Amino acid sequence: MTAQAQRPINVAQTRDAVPISSRVHWIGALDPTLRTFDIILKTANGTTYNAYLVRGQDGVAVIDTVKEKFSDEFFQRLESVANYDDIRVIVLNHLEPDHTGALPELMRRAPHARLYISHKAQRMLKGLLKQESFDFTPVTTNDTVSLGDCTLRFLNTPYLHWPDTQCTYLEEEAILFSGDAFGCHFCDPRLFNDLVGDFRFSFEYYYAHIMRPFREHVLAALELIEPLHLKIIAPTHGPILRDQPARYVARFRELTEPRLKKESTDKTLLVFYLSSYGNTAKMAEAVYAGASEIEGVRVSLYDLEGGAVEPFVDLIEDAEGIALGTPTINGDATKAMWDLLSSLVVINLQGKVGAVFGSYGWSGEAVGMLEDRLRGLKVRVPVPGIRVKLIPTEEELEACRQFGRQLAEIMTDKQKPKVIDFEDL
Amino acid sequence: MAKAQVTFADIGETVTVSAGTRIIEVSEKVNAGLVYGCREGDCGTCIMQVLDGWENLSQPSVLEEKVLRDNNVGRHCRLACQAQILGGSVTVKPA
Repeated sequence: MTAQAQRPINVAQTRDAVPISSRVHWIGALDPTLRTFDIILKTANGTTYNAYLVRGQDGVAVIDTVKEKFSDEFFQRLESVANYDDIRVIVLNHLEPDHTGALPELMRRAPHARLYISHKAQRMLKGLLKQESFDFTPVTTNDTVSLGDCTLRFLNTPYLHWPDTQCTYLEEEAILFSGDAFGCHFCDPRLFNDLVGDFRFSFEYYYAHIMRPFREHVLAALELIEPLHLKIIAPTHGPILRDQPARYVARFRELTEPRLKKESTDKTLLVFYLSSYGNTAKMAEAVYAGASEIEGVRVSLYDLEGGAVEPFVDLIEDAEGIALGTPTINGDATKAMWDLLSSLVVINLQGKVGAVFGSYGWSGEAVGMLEDRLRGLKVRVPVPGIRVKLIPTEEELEACRQFGRQLAEIMTDKQKPKVIDFEDL
Repeated sequence: MAKAQVTFADIGETVTVSAGTRIIEVSEKVNAGLVYGCREGDCGTCIMQVLDGWENLSQPSVLEEKVLRDNNVGRHCRLACQAQILGGSVTVKPA
């Protein structure tokens, strides 16, 4: 790290590019007053849209741009270190509007530039530029583009956090332009992680809401990133990580680990219920009892009325199955059950088994509604839900026990391979 | 009407269907792990791997070929929303 780079710079007071290494400048923009990002993320002190310029012997590369309303700031910074005619390469690590807002104008101003994007970004680009034909090069892991004395190498890292996401590694400087990975919504005009305020909460919050649903993809990306020699990680939001960048990679690895360590190798089935008069509770106990008979499944029973949602989300993340029991009230499922389901968007549910049951008085819509929601969350719902009019009979409770057994057998692959006719479905 | 069989390897279920049925229609009914988005051959969400019976599926259209190419998929992958089973049997799983 150079002495110049270590000196605190207040970016808010200048529209100049900021050097981050001998070949690379930051040409992004600050958005300190933003308080909510993408409707869902709180941003206590705003965010930054980081974009970078790499100068090589044979020309210049621009890596990502900024949100459209910050274009002036971006172009002023760019012009402070390069001419548009020098730009040969534009890399978009992903195409969300906060990084591509200035792209159409940049392409207009830089006629010699060629666009490099991931394969999955192609259709997004079409939607973004609203043009039928444009020139670009789709790239994937280990494809490279040379600027003479330096090389940009691409890493295909889908779902960090959109399908089109990639990272770009500047080999000669050991800088990883990581897109949204290792970023956070934290605005501080001193830019570098060794100079800015304490942003640990933002880093963790960003991971929890943006990266956590894509845990498997984060692990796949880490396989590509961990072997790299890293002097700097340059994400698209938040501080540039030049002090111990490997610590942030290691933290991502830790965050992908299950929140709660499994205590056995058994499959986990979680039975959640809410009950106004004890009828859905009786059904839940029967489902629990039936599932508990099957070897290889560890079943837990929870009354949602007595629990906070967050710990349940952690449990569900590592479970193989969930069964939800709710009465129907005013033609709907209960609010606490909807609250639980709406909290599950931060985790990946694909491939888990789900099931629904419940007692009802008049119409009984809740079971079907929750089944639809589970399917919407990519949960498999292999056993049709059980609805019981008011108080369950012994036969109906036996059906609930059988329902539990069936779920547990599906989770442990004990059910016999089935051959069915489409007409019977 | 001619019949065919589609097996979803991830859930161990085989479904007898009329020839010409799109795989996504069956997958949806049996809750297999194939997920879908647009169902119009545009988004690439329903990409599946064909483990067996590749030859029993309809030929990919130019549009499907383009989506598969854009998504850089591996060999023997198809879009479940576009591929129709024409006869015999086919085994698929989520890609």
